[in-house]
Amino acid sequence: MSKHTLSVLVEDKPGVLTRVAALFSRRGFNINSLAVGPTELPEISRITVVVEVEGAALEQVTKQLNKLIEVLKVVELDAHASVQREILLVKVRADAATRSQVIDTIQLFKAKVVDVTTDAIVIEATGTTDKLRALLDVLEPFGIKELVQSGMVAVGRGSRSITDRSLRTA
Amino acid sequence: MSDTTKQAPSPADVASLARPRPAAEARSTTTAVVTPALEVTGAQALVLSLEAIGCDTVFGIPGGAILPAYDPMLDSKKVRHILVRHEQGAGHAAEGYASATGKVGVCMATSGPGATNLVTPLADAHMDSVPVVAITGQVASAAIGTDAFQEADIRGITMPITKHNYLVTDPAKIPQAIAEAFHVASTGRPGPVLVDISKDALQARTTFSWPPQIDLPGYRPVLRPHGKQIREASRLMAAAKQPILYVGGGVVRAKASEALRRLVELTGIPVVTTLMARGTVPDSEPLNLGMPGMHGTVAAVTGLQKSDLIIALGARFDDRVTGQLSTFAPDAKVIHADIDPAEISKNRIADVPIVGDVGEVIKDLIEQVTLDRATAETDANGWDYTAWRERVAEWKQTFPLGWTDSEDGTLSPQYVIERIGALTGPEATYVAGVGQHQMWAAQFVQYERPNAWINSGGLGTMGFSVPAAMGAKVAEPDRTVWAIDGDGCFQMTNQELATCVINNIPIKVAIINNSSLGMVRQWQTLFYNERYSNTNLQPLEQRVPDFVKLADAYGCLGLRAETPEEVDAVIKQALETNDRPVVIDFIVHRDAMVWPMVPAGVSNDMIQAARHEAPVWERED
Repeated sequence: MSKHTLSVLVEDKPGVLTRVAALFSRRGFNINSLAVGPTELPEISRITVVVEVEGAALEQVTKQLNKLIEVLKVVELDAHASVQREILLVKVRADAATRSQVIDTIQLFKAKVVDVTTDAIVIEATGTTDKLRALLDVLEPFGIKELVQSGMVAVGRGSRSITDRSLRTA
Repeated sequence: MSDTTKQAPSPADVASLARPRPAAEARSTTTAVVTPALEVTGAQALVLSLEAIGCDTVFGIPGGAILPAYDPMLDSKKVRHILVRHEQGAGHAAEGYASATGKVGVCMATSGPGATNLVTPLADAHMDSVPVVAITGQVASAAIGTDAFQEADIRGITMPITKHNYLVTDPAKIPQAIAEAFHVASTGRPGPVLVDISKDALQARTTFSWPPQIDLPGYRPVLRPHGKQIREASRLMAAAKQPILYVGGGVVRAKASEALRRLVELTGIPVVTTLMARGTVPDSEPLNLGMPGMHGTVAAVTGLQKSDLIIALGARFDDRVTGQLSTFAPDAKVIHADIDPAEISKNRIADVPIVGDVGEVIKDLIEQVTLDRATAETDANGWDYTAWRERVAEWKQTFPLGWTDSEDGTLSPQYVIERIGALTGPEATYVAGVGQHQMWAAQFVQYERPNAWINSGGLGTMGFSVPAAMGAKVAEPDRTVWAIDGDGCFQMTNQELATCVINNIPIKVAIINNSSLGMVRQWQTLFYNERYSNTNLQPLEQRVPDFVKLADAYGCLGLRAETPEEVDAVIKQALETNDRPVVIDFIVHRDAMVWPMVPAGVSNDMIQAARHEAPVWERED
């Protein structure tokens, strides 16, 4: 099965995330990642959902999402025509002996240290799923104490906006 | 409750203030009234909204959280509230009301158990696209989430089984929620909408004005079909040699039966009418092959199977119609028209998808076909289905629906149902439960008009019949309404006979009593070596309960027939009794089975016309 990234514009109303999430479980579709937040338009939220489905099922997911009254628009973002990012916060074991080694390593990934204690540091990194996985692979030997990761957010490349046209007047 | 409530005007007073609205402003889903801003309670705003939108009947039961709404309800002169005996009855009654007329059916219940009792009818209405609005009370907004007495998250519970739902905690939003609920329920693909209102919102003061703003930016059903798709559909129809119209319940909901009949007449294409579409094309129409599917006619099942073009109108390729999907109509191209885009290519990939109101689709098809046929070359052999028509007519003649009477002379259920239909006629409404009697009622009553047949198709809800018949009778009091029910189904919801008696709703109930859960028993006979696990409702010699006595206890006329000779007399007596409901206990033989049958999960090619009687196609082909 292949992964597809869907941007779902919804009215910012109570329960809308439940409706979207419930639709996936109800229809038996697998959510790989999900992120929700505000947009440049008040009263409209954007859900980015990565779903693992094949062709006909993807069409069915999109149609079922569009049937939800509070869903305004569903757009599939192609990986090559969009910027896709996740954020990662990871707490790594690092004392005086290994700290500089850890910092050297993460600089290769353009990651930042956001908290330091005597025996651990917290690292912030953004990137694609693959890049973050690669970072975690190299941090693994130092000892990962805690890991938290966001769902993917994505935006199409170019000057056009998916909130263009009808939605601005809606 | 504070004494300010007493100062509020009653809905009847307020209604007198309403004045007719200019037609140009009128919205299709609302009646033409404009009400200036009034100081009212949320509960009054609710009742006023129901009145303004043209709701004339509510089926429901009061309780703690919805109590404020019932106070102004008492004064309403426009809304008749019918007090049912169980909320499930209210929900099915609303479905019956809606199915008989196409208007939105309304039911009302309190929070918690009242609301959860509506779950089954809401799921039923969702599956069969019935326009229903359910209004439930909710605990006060400050108590939501505290596991308060009679609290249930009914909005969360009903999310997957409603078209949309609301939780209203602001009294000012009640009119808008009601207006949107009726709009969403009755437009596009119809369905149930639930409006849950917290008790404090019902009690609080607010201003009421009508009509409210409808704000549904994400809801724009496509009604007009795309011209290109219509032209492509006509092109496929011209080229087809063995086309078939596969007509579903969407045609009933779209009120498109008249248009469909014209299309059939124009093209001469044979038709199958699904369980939800019985009556859309009259059974007296020679091109109507009857019902397709698991218990469909041999002609309808085979007609689909051997067709080269399926024109699906408001149908959804349900598994009970297609059987094993991979072997369903293997040589057919598919034109699929539906108002719900998600139905198209959901089960069977469509070659020509058409999104739109099926009535509009049919009208456009008629125009296009008329045009294309007029411009077709005269020597071309397009649009000619004569050979195909002869073939399906032969199947229809060779394999008519029928039954074998039992050897001991006991009553055949099919005979009973056929007589009910024959003696009552096509203007009556027939409402079935779920099971063998439902299939026989779909097969052996002759349907000539849409909405004459009401049943629970998608969800298969046992107990649907009595309350839905009650709703249908309320909607159309002048029609004879038969509840054709099984003894299993009847015992799930017969308490609504009390509602019928008290409110003068004289339905007629035919209990097809075989003392068992007949359809399950049939499967045990065929697939479980006649091991009848938990399907005998009572020993044959007992009558627990005695349905005639039960009818009598309710104040209905109770009758019984046990032999073929008695059948006509009791049906006639029932038809002559219109001052109270009638219950007839038809004692039928237990081993009657529904035929034809395609066993679950196998190809429709495996249809058996009767037990051990599979049609032999190879000889004809």
